[in-house]
Amino acid sequence: MYTQVNDQKTFYSNGNGKIIKGQPNVVFIHGAGHDHSVWVMPSRYFARHHYNVFALDLPAHGRSSGPPLKSIDAMADWICAALDVLDVDAAAIVGHSMGSLVALNFAARYASRTRVLALLGTSTPMPVTDVLLNAARDNEHDAFDMANTWSHSPFGEMGGNENPGISMMMSGQRLLERTPEDVYFADLNACNAFADGDRLATQITSASLMFVAAQDKMTAPASALKVAQLIPQCRVIHLNPCGHAMLSEQPNTVLDGLASIV
Amino acid sequence: MAKPPTLKFDSLALHAGQKPDPATGARATPIYQSASFVFRDTDTAVGLFNIERAGHVYSRLSNPTNAVLEERIATLDNGVGAIATASGQAAMHLAIATIVSAGEHIVASRSIYGGTHNLLDYTLRRFGIDTTFVDPRDLDAFASAIQPNTRLVFSEVVGNPGMEVLNIPEVAEIAHEAGLPLLVDATFTTPYLCRPIDFGADLVMHSATKFLSGHGVVIGGLLVDGGTFDWQGSGKFPTLSEPYAGFHNLNFAEEFGPAAFITRARKEGLRDFGACMAPNTAFQILQGIETLSLRMQRHMENTEVVVAFLEQQEQVESVNHPMLEAHPDHELAKAILPKGSTAVFSFNIVGGRAAGIKFIENLKLFSHLANVGDAKSLVIHPASTTHHRMDSVALDKAGISEGLIRLSIGLEDAADIVADLKSGLRASQRGL
Repeated sequence: MYTQVNDQKTFYSNGNGKIIKGQPNVVFIHGAGHDHSVWVMPSRYFARHHYNVFALDLPAHGRSSGPPLKSIDAMADWICAALDVLDVDAAAIVGHSMGSLVALNFAARYASRTRVLALLGTSTPMPVTDVLLNAARDNEHDAFDMANTWSHSPFGEMGGNENPGISMMMSGQRLLERTPEDVYFADLNACNAFADGDRLATQITSASLMFVAAQDKMTAPASALKVAQLIPQCRVIHLNPCGHAMLSEQPNTVLDGLASIV
Repeated sequence: MAKPPTLKFDSLALHAGQKPDPATGARATPIYQSASFVFRDTDTAVGLFNIERAGHVYSRLSNPTNAVLEERIATLDNGVGAIATASGQAAMHLAIATIVSAGEHIVASRSIYGGTHNLLDYTLRRFGIDTTFVDPRDLDAFASAIQPNTRLVFSEVVGNPGMEVLNIPEVAEIAHEAGLPLLVDATFTTPYLCRPIDFGADLVMHSATKFLSGHGVVIGGLLVDGGTFDWQGSGKFPTLSEPYAGFHNLNFAEEFGPAAFITRARKEGLRDFGACMAPNTAFQILQGIETLSLRMQRHMENTEVVVAFLEQQEQVESVNHPMLEAHPDHELAKAILPKGSTAVFSFNIVGGRAAGIKFIENLKLFSHLANVGDAKSLVIHPASTTHHRMDSVALDKAGISEGLIRLSIGLEDAADIVADLKSGLRASQRGL
């Protein structure tokens, strides 16, 4: 589905469902270099269970136009603008990785529009190593290789996907490779520069759920748990074995967790 | 900056796609000989059917043993996913049926397996899908054969039995410029010798009966999706980029991104055509893949010895192998097949058809049969077997003479292989 947000063509998947006023809303926010397709299974689940699903492509990602947004604040404001356009008053806000920072930021600053919050693979701050940041800045393919490898646990790298016949590693790699030039750097830079997470976490008023993966090399479990402790009402689901790519490595456990709060 | 360490090919050939069995701890991949799988509850059942949850429903659609094989070959080929099929022919058909419809067209190399030729030149025409065959060495021919209704470009990595090496990067570029994917048959090379997706191919198929298995005890095929082709951007593939009424208006490219093709192939092609692999077959193929590297190394070492021997024999008119400097694709083979171009190759025997028959019938170690890629050395006379449906004109176009002998070099001691060939060559000339 397409709409216009801030005069830019914007795509969102509704999980093959119908948008009906009065149904509960759920908004999915993808991570750096990703798009709505990472949410395909939960999108379809919640759509079938009579939710209005909005798995958005952030500007310059997936099927959305426009330049990439430069900061987590700007992304949270953009989500608010998107909800205005989509006539969504309040929603369950779900974010992964960079999307989790956007979700956290949104939930703190737009509390009245956040029904519940779910964070997957988060950390505040979310520092990005110089080698990755520099490779992304130079649009080097190595940036995708590094991020994709570090996003998978040793078990994920070996395979054994719950989703039959699909390579977790190569699916992640090909999705990153679709990212237009300069977009991945903008995303990583926004993560790296986001410094206000701890303060914002304490201001969240909605019921919250955090997914923490035991082998997460991108957002370390200890950092994620620290954020969970700062959020006043935050439940934690531990995923083990699992890396940062938890939607690939543990799709069913993640779905069950989301179903418990969304 | 060096890339982060990842598992190498030999390790992945042993481990990719498999965890120790969560139910029993079994180290080997268990054979899940079950037609169907119990649902946790009704909502889970619906979720599995509706692609909300990962898991298995019915073994025509997916099976845990097959899934290990599928993920392993996808990993070895650098693809996003794969599907195991009942045969290589079933994999080929599944690839075509997923993206080509009646009234559309395929451009294919004319130097291909006889069974594939039958499918393209006879059977699919009956279903309204036409194919134009081109010389795989003639890049302009690929470009000029593409029509507005063309939907696929196809070739083998190494032509059968002409031994033409496909210039994968160039042909891929021609296909992509026309908004088309390149499908290659990599049966002869396996991912050990060549990963076609790395060179620009979008889809890869294997007859897993051959080198991937090595033992020659099962029939099976594998279809791999590179996840590289932009189905939406091409605008020529409504089966992937438009809502599919057969799955509640699911738009595969929209929802599954890089895995659109392989998901549609499973959700439609396996579901409706049903050419799935038996889990016992998947297990057998996995046993073969575990030793793929070791076997392919030995296949290539033996092939080098045999090619050098045949080159020196007066009963041999010519030897056709890309490792030879005189082969037209020698330099190309060095570039895209640096570990060797295949253990299947052909030579022309002095004395034509009669000598060919005597040669084959006097071999003791080689087996005369219609297969390649076995651990045992194999031999066949294409004009009278695999390509017997082709008339003399078509044979000539495919580069097949009546004296052409195809060998598949096995893993026996190289000295024994050479001795058997020497004996056969001597016998071939008696009474001529």
